[in-house]
Amino acid sequence: MEMTRRDLFRIGGKLLVLASAGATLEQITGAEPAPEAYRMADHWWGMIIDIDKCIGCGSCVRACSNENQVPTGYFRTWVERYEVPEGYGNPIVTSPDGAINGFPLPKPTNLKAFFVPKLCNHCADSPCTQVCPVGATFVSPDGVVLVDKEYCLGCRYCVQACPYGCRYLHPETETVDKCTLCYHRITKGLTTACCENCPTQARQLVDFKNPKDPVHEFLRNNKVSVLKPQMATEAKVYYKDLDGAVR
Amino acid sequence: MRSSLRDAGHLIRPAVLLVVGLAVFLVIRAAVVPKSFGTYGHYRAAFLDTARAKPIHYAGQDVCVSCHDAEATMRAAGKHAKVACEACHGPQAQHADDPSALKPKLPDVATLCARCHEKDPAKPKTFPQVVTAEHSGGMACNDCHKPHNPHL
Repeated sequence: MEMTRRDLFRIGGKLLVLASAGATLEQITGAEPAPEAYRMADHWWGMIIDIDKCIGCGSCVRACSNENQVPTGYFRTWVERYEVPEGYGNPIVTSPDGAINGFPLPKPTNLKAFFVPKLCNHCADSPCTQVCPVGATFVSPDGVVLVDKEYCLGCRYCVQACPYGCRYLHPETETVDKCTLCYHRITKGLTTACCENCPTQARQLVDFKNPKDPVHEFLRNNKVSVLKPQMATEAKVYYKDLDGAVR
Repeated sequence: MRSSLRDAGHLIRPAVLLVVGLAVFLVIRAAVVPKSFGTYGHYRAAFLDTARAKPIHYAGQDVCVSCHDAEATMRAAGKHAKVACEACHGPQAQHADDPSALKPKLPDVATLCARCHEKDPAKPKTFPQVVTAEHSGGMACNDCHKPHNPHL
């Protein structure tokens, strides 16, 4: 039989209809996941930090350590105390044990001083996920940077790539560990351990996809900044009244 | 037909080799790459469930106040209204699940109060601060201030 171009199109069209019908059938009958209360597509998590409210008590550090069983001497969040000499001299930065026990009595100085709580910035365009050779670290569909412990090789590329120093190699598992933004809590309607226990509400978990979230008001009404904006990481931890001396 | 294939051995042999190699690659790939890899991106989607399944240690203040009425009322009336219960009392999710399983310990007042209220120029100017060594003359904070509502 001689096949004309018309025949070819006719057969192709029939095949296409069959294939699409099959695909639809699979979608209807296929093993679709049970409807869950938490939908990843409805959330885009971040945090807002008000420098003017932080009292350096270290509640966040203790809470994080207890909630996530962070090994002693390692920190997923920590608080830094800045003292800035006049005229942009080098700031004096201290963070004894990540401020897990707060700060000891300071030596009296006349320098400008303030606290800066730090944690993973859960960057939308994060350098750490880009360098992972095995796909062990990634940005989840709801905007949280996570590390798959069973997939991580412990090569430390990501530890070096993070401009904020937020990653460490867990001394026991020898895989990379970091802030998960309390993924086990926020996906169940709770806030993170650090935000829950901050006595002055200096830090708040926010959901950028929730139109009623206070973050929109916060970003509109305040002068905010992210850490190291020049790195173009699209960090999602916004600081209010961040001093230029903070690195 | 036969004549055109007569000299094609040098083409067929590598072609067969290529097909076999491809099949071996696909079989190994299917065995090695986890099933959920690539569902959302270049990672194992099943890990999201693992991350979600981790145990919770801090129950949250809404859970605490559902039982501890007296303390909740007292706290709500004072300056500590927004300080979470577990910020001082420590993680109590286990206690919330079964009150007899874990009895919360009373916090050590001397270290606890000072962590927030010790004078430090880095703290916000409006935040109440004291030099503890000069403030109480050696008395414990809770001799005068009730921690749930610290107003005298």
